Amino acid sequence: MNSILQYIPLNYYVALAAILFAIGVMGVLFRRNAIIIFMCIELMLNAVNMLLTAFSTFHGDESGQVMVFFIMAVAAAEVAVGLAILVMIYNNIRTVDIDELNKLKG
Amino acid sequence: MSVFSALMVVLSRKPVHSVLYLIFCFFTIGGHYLLLNAQFLFAVHIIVYAGAIMVLFLFTLMFINMNKELEPHKTNLLKGAATVAAGCLLLVMVGVTKGAETLTANSSRNDVGTVANLGKALYGQYLLPFELISILLLAAMVGAVLLGKKSVE
Repeated sequence: MNSILQYIPLNYYVALAAILFAIGVMGVLFRRNAIIIFMCIELMLNAVNMLLTAFSTFHGDESGQVMVFFIMAVAAAEVAVGLAILVMIYNNIRTVDIDELNKLKG
Repeated sequence: MSVFSALMVVLSRKPVHSVLYLIFCFFTIGGHYLLLNAQFLFAVHIIVYAGAIMVLFLFTLMFINMNKELEPHKTNLLKGAATVAAGCLLLVMVGVTKGAETLTANSSRNDVGTVANLGKALYGQYLLPFELISILLLAAMVGAVLLGKKSVE
């Protein structure tokens, strides 16, 4: 049972994770819909998870995969609370456009 | 495939299409986990992300009823600025890793991703963080229910 890292170099996984992370950053800067911004944050977390897994397999150390497991749990908690907050915001002001959420502006 | 679907998440106009592309992207990342010999992570990833989190997103979208494209897009200047900023970030990250020398795989173990090994690590070395994360999840669940409830006047 060989992993793919014996066939392709680890650098490709670093590059792929960097690309996915950059796409997530672009989405956060790009879109105005708060739900889609949450999805882009998930994308960035996934890029980091994949990189951690790649390094963990590369070094034969299970700590990285345990960390990925913890990151997944934290991401699930974050999404649950974040979406609850979004639903509440929508119930109050009928929009999730982040440019409209400027009540905190002085 | 991952890159394409991730790009479509950002670029597609309708939020529901974005969510569907994101599910596809998660499955491709799950495929990478399998290729990396991380079977346990593959299972957890599919269950948690493709199962739970995406259902949450879809449910919220349906609840808010945003299928119609009510989002006026940002101006072209902002779009260009966002793309340039992300491109610069990508350039920096790739540039940083470019100079690193290529390591050779220094382990002959390729069974770290199995449930048995991960379980031993999770319940041995990482017992305290594991319990703390369960408390965190419980707190998040209670918080989400409290927030989602109609506020009592």
